[in-house]
Amino acid sequence: MQLVCPAGNLPALKAAIEHGADAVYVGFRDQTNARAFPGLNFSEAELREGVQHAHARGRKVYIALNTYPDSARVAHWFAAVDHAAELGADAIIAAEMAVLDYAARTHPQLPRHLSVQGSATTAAALTYMHERFGISRAVLPRVLSIQQVERVCAASPVPLEVFAFGSLCIMVEGRCQLSSYVTGASPNRHGVCSPARFVRWDEAADGSRTVRLNGVLIDRFQEHEPAGYPTVCKGRFDVNGEVFHALEEPTSLNTLELLPRLAQAGVTALKIEGRQRGVAYVSAVARTWRSAIDRYRANPERWQVEAGWQTALAAHAEGHQTTLGPYHRAWH
Amino acid sequence: MQLSLGPTQYFWPRERTLAFYREAAQWPLDRIHLGETVCSKRRELGTRDWIALAEELAGSGKQIVLSTLALIEAESELGALRRIVENGRFLVEANDLSAVQYCRQRGIAFVAGPTLNIYNAQALSLLIEDGLHRWVPGVEQGQALLAELRAAMAELGHAMPEVEVIAWGRLPLAFSARCFTARALDVAKDDCGFRCIEHPDGLPLATREGQRFLRINGIQVQGDEITDLAPEIADLRELGVDALRLYPQHEGMHEVVARFRAALDDTQAVARVGANNGYWRAEPGKAGLPLQPA
Repeated sequence: MQLVCPAGNLPALKAAIEHGADAVYVGFRDQTNARAFPGLNFSEAELREGVQHAHARGRKVYIALNTYPDSARVAHWFAAVDHAAELGADAIIAAEMAVLDYAARTHPQLPRHLSVQGSATTAAALTYMHERFGISRAVLPRVLSIQQVERVCAASPVPLEVFAFGSLCIMVEGRCQLSSYVTGASPNRHGVCSPARFVRWDEAADGSRTVRLNGVLIDRFQEHEPAGYPTVCKGRFDVNGEVFHALEEPTSLNTLELLPRLAQAGVTALKIEGRQRGVAYVSAVARTWRSAIDRYRANPERWQVEAGWQTALAAHAEGHQTTLGPYHRAWH
Repeated sequence: MQLSLGPTQYFWPRERTLAFYREAAQWPLDRIHLGETVCSKRRELGTRDWIALAEELAGSGKQIVLSTLALIEAESELGALRRIVENGRFLVEANDLSAVQYCRQRGIAFVAGPTLNIYNAQALSLLIEDGLHRWVPGVEQGQALLAELRAAMAELGHAMPEVEVIAWGRLPLAFSARCFTARALDVAKDDCGFRCIEHPDGLPLATREGQRFLRINGIQVQGDEITDLAPEIADLRELGVDALRLYPQHEGMHEVVARFRAALDDTQAVARVGANNGYWRAEPGKAGLPLQPA
């Protein structure tokens, strides 16, 4: 099982590789990828250096081109595919049909991975993408239980990559419009979710804080109460007169204990979320997962979760909480 | 321009559902969508019942379309999908690529539903090769995007398929594996007791300062506002939109349909009854929010 780690910049890419990533995934500094945040991502020169750095160490670089261009901007995405090929990327990660089709016709030798944003949750959907655009791998949306992942693995025409750790999108990726409902900017079209320029924190005299997204109250915190980033799905709202995290708590996905089952299911790669996170996060998370995967490989029968791994991961989890999320049926 | 009744997004008792559609068969509609698009556990009507209802309503002279799930997780759901695709008589609305693949394999034409993520002319053209007959754009695809896409299709030398735009109802914004209704009622999804049936227009979610915001509908999240594009009918016509989709609500749907029919028959502009749909103007979907932060 390959370990695929995020890199939002060159130092993170080098750290991921130093700490055991088999592959890193990155994006250009524009809206062609789903982490189009200010100050993040790679210029062409940086990416060239990153690819050289990775290849010199026998590791791979995947370039995410996983947003959905409208007709006027589609040429820019095609140019990004050309750049990815020219830079020697080992694969592109894409979701949109025009982008996949262009890549398949223009750069057939450049492997195409179906992004999680492609919302493919069944063997039928994966077969469509495989037959139509020749994808050679797919990343599953974070909606399936472990039993469902096992069944899709058995029936899929292509190897599968699944999310192992990181911030948890609880909606079917590629089909969530909560961000654009409030801000007009969406993961699909603009590569952002709840962009920071719309976030406003206010502190009251009693020390409590409110956080708004484009004026809409997402949550209110008591003094000293830990406060997370205000994506709509992690706010506290009033349903039936009760205020609670109506959609999801601020928590991170952590599937470490499922590693043997994912390996036995034939999952080809474990993906770490977090291109927006820094070197410390990437280093610690890559190191921990590297160690867990290596230990499993060396002795699958005797493998067990080590407390130190969980402590290291929890330190980097949203709200310091982790969940098995949709892999565990009770979460649903 | 045609008037189309979208699939019911909520879960209603069997008798209520059957009565609703038997009434709808008498309304001034051109098309009716039947079927469960949100949650496969909702079985007041099973696949066979929906197809039987389609047979029954076909006599009304309206086109009947069988709509399908947006999120497919289980083998049993794929089996039901296969039965719908192979119904042999009615057009199918594909809300997931699984349905597209089944239709494509069998050479059956399909309607591309709003969750298929078609944002540009190339993607639309590829799906037309697969059998796309009509396109229902997603909620984010507003006026400018559609105009641009239409121009791009002309440039590619491709004909536009029929286009049906969501003109009335709560916008479907997100789907999850999690059932938010079950979560709100503190029951497990696997033992949910089908409690969403108690909320025939969804469960309102407000901010902590009481602003109405979203609607919980099982595994789906909707905008709370009932959006209304009736005042934009002239723009929709100019864009070459072929049909307006009206999403069912528990009460007053006949009046909604009658109002749209009158608006289509009359050249006078109509006043807005529901909420402004910000997406239509490339603004935040929720009415009245600024495009740039304050």
